[in-house]
Amino acid sequence: MAQRAEKQLGFFVDTAKCTGCKTCQLSCKDENDLKVGVNWRRVYEYAGGSWVQHQDGTFDQNVFTYYTSISCNHCAKPACAQACPTGAMHKRANDGLVVVNQDVCIGCRYCEMACPYGAPQFDAQKKVMTKCDGCYDRVEAGKMPICIDSCPLRALDFGPIEELRARYGTEADIAPLPDSSLTGPSLVLKANRNAKPSGDRTGQIINTREV
Amino acid sequence: MKKIVDKALAATLDRRSFIKWGASATSAAVLTANSLPLKAATPSVDKTSSGENKTVWSACTVNCGSRCALRHHVKDGVIAYTTTDNTGDDVYGNHQVRACLRGRSFRKRVYNADRLKYPMKRVGKRGEGRFERISWDEAFATIADNLKRIKNAYGNEAIYLNYCTGTLGGTVAKSWPPAATPIARLMNCWGGYLNHYGDYSTAQIAVSLPYLYGGSWVDNNCTSDVVNTRLIVNFGNNPAETRMSGAGVVYQLSEARERSNARMIVFDPRLTDSMLSDGDEWVPLRPGTDAALVAGMAWVMITEDLVDKAFLDRYTIGYDDDSLPANAPKNASWKSYILGKGPDNTAKTPQWAAQITGVPANKIIELAREIAGTKPCNIMQGWGLQRTANGEQASRAICMLAVMTGNVGIPGGGTGAREGSYSMPFAVFPTLSNPVTTSIPMFLWTDAIHRHNEMTALTDGIRGADKLTQPIKFIWNYAGNCIINQHADTNRTHAILQDDTLCEMIVVIDNHMTPSARYADILLPDLTAAEQPDFAINGSCGNMGYTIFCDTAVEPLYECRSVYDMCTEVAKRLGVEQAFTEGRDQEAWLRHIYAESQQLNPILKDLDFDTFRQQGIVKQQNPGEPIVQFRTFRENPEANPLDTPSGKIEIYSERLAAIADSWTLGKDDVIRPLPEYVSSWEGHESPSTDQYPLQMFGFHYKARTHSTYGNVDVLRETNPQEVLVNPIDAKARSINDGDLLKIWNDRGEIRVVAKVTPRIMPGVIAMGQGSWYAPDRKGVDLGACMNTLTTQRPSPLAKGNPQHSNLVEIAKV
Repeated sequence: MAQRAEKQLGFFVDTAKCTGCKTCQLSCKDENDLKVGVNWRRVYEYAGGSWVQHQDGTFDQNVFTYYTSISCNHCAKPACAQACPTGAMHKRANDGLVVVNQDVCIGCRYCEMACPYGAPQFDAQKKVMTKCDGCYDRVEAGKMPICIDSCPLRALDFGPIEELRARYGTEADIAPLPDSSLTGPSLVLKANRNAKPSGDRTGQIINTREV
Repeated sequence: MKKIVDKALAATLDRRSFIKWGASATSAAVLTANSLPLKAATPSVDKTSSGENKTVWSACTVNCGSRCALRHHVKDGVIAYTTTDNTGDDVYGNHQVRACLRGRSFRKRVYNADRLKYPMKRVGKRGEGRFERISWDEAFATIADNLKRIKNAYGNEAIYLNYCTGTLGGTVAKSWPPAATPIARLMNCWGGYLNHYGDYSTAQIAVSLPYLYGGSWVDNNCTSDVVNTRLIVNFGNNPAETRMSGAGVVYQLSEARERSNARMIVFDPRLTDSMLSDGDEWVPLRPGTDAALVAGMAWVMITEDLVDKAFLDRYTIGYDDDSLPANAPKNASWKSYILGKGPDNTAKTPQWAAQITGVPANKIIELAREIAGTKPCNIMQGWGLQRTANGEQASRAICMLAVMTGNVGIPGGGTGAREGSYSMPFAVFPTLSNPVTTSIPMFLWTDAIHRHNEMTALTDGIRGADKLTQPIKFIWNYAGNCIINQHADTNRTHAILQDDTLCEMIVVIDNHMTPSARYADILLPDLTAAEQPDFAINGSCGNMGYTIFCDTAVEPLYECRSVYDMCTEVAKRLGVEQAFTEGRDQEAWLRHIYAESQQLNPILKDLDFDTFRQQGIVKQQNPGEPIVQFRTFRENPEANPLDTPSGKIEIYSERLAAIADSWTLGKDDVIRPLPEYVSSWEGHESPSTDQYPLQMFGFHYKARTHSTYGNVDVLRETNPQEVLVNPIDAKARSINDGDLLKIWNDRGEIRVVAKVTPRIMPGVIAMGQGSWYAPDRKGVDLGACMNTLTTQRPSPLAKGNPQHSNLVEIAKV
C-alpha cells in the first residue's frame, strides 16, 4: 500500500517538443526485449477539430493534435498497488518506483484494470504482470532510464520529482491523461500549445490501434 | 554459436501469429477514446536478461537522409540490445547522434525470419518466389557466364545497376549512388554499364532548380542558419518523419527555432508531426497546387508593391518585361504572367488561387503580406511535392517566393529549396570510371527493358547519347527494393519482368526476402551492417559533421557474405580480380581509405585507425558559419555570377524554352520557361476525378525507411499500415475508423485499414509509402504497397517518378 518514499523519482515530458516519434517506446522495447503487445512506454496521439468547406471549394479548419509519451508515473497513491491482492505490485521505499514482484504475482490483472494510465502490461506467456520499473538498475548505476537518453528531441527528463517540479512546474493534467488527483502521478508535463485539460471532450486518442 | 543464433531467431515473432495479431487489432472495437487507459492486444513476452560481454559501435546505414550511431550490446555472440551515441555532454552543437525508433530496433533486422541464408536460384516464374539452394560457386559461375554471354551479344550497355539505396550510408558496403558502389567498380573493371541519372527522391527538383539558379544541384541555407530567421515558410518539409535523427534536421530545426523564435507557416495537405510546436500554423492545400498558391501570393506582392525590386533588378532576369532575354516573346515575364498579361490572359488573383488550392483568398492575402514583410525569411520545401506529375514547375515556383522577397544569399534567408548541411571531409571508396557514357532517367528502367528502340534524347531524356541502342538484359540489384516495391505501378512492372527473354538475368543481393528479392534469378545473402566493418559519414546534420566507425558486432550469420567479397569472386571469374581488389580485402580498403582521410582532414591526423575503432565516432564542427547558399553571389554578383547562361537567377529560362520547343512530349505534358502553375494529369482538376475523386499521396512513415525495416514486428505494431481519411470523406462512404478498405484505380487495388483523422484535408488520402507488396491470387495487394496504384508515366522534363499524383476511389470491403 501507499507508503511515503524516502525519495520519489518521476518523469518529465515536454509535449511542446515531442513529435510522436516513439523512439522512447522502441528503445524501451529493445532494452527490455518486450514483444508485440507489451509496451511499457506508450505514445498517445490526441487530436480534434473540424473542417468547413466553403462555396468556392476552399476550406477552413481548427484541427489540433499533440502527443503524450507515458510509461508508468510511479504514483504517490498507486492504484495498481492498491488493487493488488498479493502485494506483488509495490512501491519501493528508497526511490518511490512502483514495481511488480513476478514471483508473487498471480496474474489476476486487477492492477491493469485499476491503473488509469495503462501502465501495467500483461505477459501472456508467463501469466504475470510486467511494467516500467524506472530502469532502476540503470538508475542505481548512475544512468538515466533508457527512454530518456534515447529521445531525439530531448523532450524527456527523469529525476527526483521535487527537482523536476522546481525546474519545469507542476502541470500533470493534460488530456488524455486522467485528473492527477486520482493517483498523484510523479509526472510533470510541459503543455503543448494545443494542450487540452484532463477530461477534455473536444479531442480523442486517434491512434488506438497503436497503444 | 549456431544454437544461440537460432534461439535469437526463434524469439522473433512468428510471422503468422503477427498477422493474426494484426487482424485482431483491426477488428478491435472502435470506441471513442478520449482518455486513458487503452489496452493493446494479446501480448507474448519472453524477457531475457541483458548481461554485456562487449559493446560495438556501428551505424544505421539506410536511406533516410539522417545517419545515426548504434552501439550494439553483444552477449555470447548475439546482439542483446542496441543503444546509441552516448558521448559528450549532449550540448547543442556538440550533441549526441541519437538514433530514431528504427535504429533502436536494428537487431530485429539482423535476427529476422525473412533473413536470406544461402545463395539461391529461381526455379519458378519470376516473382513467384520459388527458389532452390545452390552453392556460392554455382552462383558466381552463373553470374559470370551470363555477364559474358550478354556482353558478347549486346555490349556493356545492356548491363544495368538498378537504383538501390538500402545501404547508402556505408563506404565500401555502399549501394548508392550507383557509381559509388562496389558493383560499379567491378563493372568498370570490365567495360562498364548503362548509367542512370536522377533518383526516386528528387528527380524533378534536381533537374528543375538548376534552370533557375544554375549549377547541378541547389540546396537551401543550412538548418543551423535558422537561428537567424524571423519567419519560416515551409512547403511540405516534414523532418519529423523524413530526417528523424537526434542529430538530424528535426532536432536542428527544433533547437534553432528555440533560439530564433521564428514562427513557421506550413503548406501541406497533412498536419504532419513537424508542425506541432509553438508558433506553427498549418495551411492545408491540395496536392499539386503549390505553384498556384505561389502565383496567388505573387499577385498580392506585386499589386501591393511588396516585392524587393532592387534585388530583382540586380540579381535576376525575366521578372518583368524589361529584364527578359532578347529572344523571349513579348509579355513572357513573370510579372506579366501574374498580372494576366501573358498568353493565358488570366490574372493570378488570390481568388483564382483559392479555388485551385483550397486555401481561402483572405488567407493567401494575409500570408503574402506577412512573408513579404518579415525579413529575413527562410522559404523551404520538402521533396514530396516535386515527386508529382509536374513537380518540376512546382519546385521552381516555390523558389520564386524567396526570389521576389530578396531572401536569397543572406543569413536567415534561403533559396526555397530543401535545407543544406555541412559534411565532414572523408575519403571515398574509389570505383574507377565508367567507359559507357549513355545514361537513362532512373525511372525509365522498365521502359529500357521492353521499348529501348523508341528511347531517344528528345523523347525520353536519354543523356550521353542520342538514343538507347541496347535493351537492358542484365540487372544488378544490390540492397534495393525498386525491382517491384518502390518502383511505380507494380502490376506493369510485374508484367514486364515476367518475360525473361526481355531482361534475361536479375541478380539480387540483400539481407531479406523482400518483394524485389522474389524477382531475382540469382539471389545472394548479404551481411547486415552489424556483421562487417565499414565507415558511415554524417547525413543531413546542420553544422555538425561526423564519421562513425562501424565495426563487426557479430559474426556473419548462415552463409551470408559481404558484397565486396561477392564482387571479388565474380571479378575472379571475369579475369579482373587484381584490378578490382588491388590486393586488398574489405578491412585493408578501410585502412587505405582512412589513411587517405587523414591526409584530407587534419582533425584525423593524430587519431589512428585502431583508436578510432574503439572510440566509434568523430564529430567535426563546420569551421565557418552555417552555410548560406549563394552568399558570394549576393555580395558581388558581377564577380561571382551564378552558373546560369546569364550569370543571374533565371526566372525566365531560355534553356527551358528551347527544350519545350524541341522535345516530343506526351499529351498534357507541359514544360514552361517560367515557373508557372500547370494543372497536371491525375490532379484534382483532371477529368478522371469523375471516376476516381480522391487524390492520394504517400509519406515517409515512422515504421520504415522507405521499405527498409518493413518486416520488423515491433515497428509494425506501433506504426501499423493505415490510410488517412478525412472524416468528411469517410462519412460520405460510411467508413469508420478501423474499417478495412479497398483502394483502387485502373492500375490496381490494395487493401488497407482506415485511419479516420482530421489531420488530412478532405478530398485527399495518404498512406506511408514502402509497405511490402503482397498480392493475392487475383492481384489484390494485401500488403498495401501504394505503388500498386501509382503510374509509370514520367514527369515531362525530368522523366521522373510522379508517385504522389494519383487519383483513386475507396470503399469499405
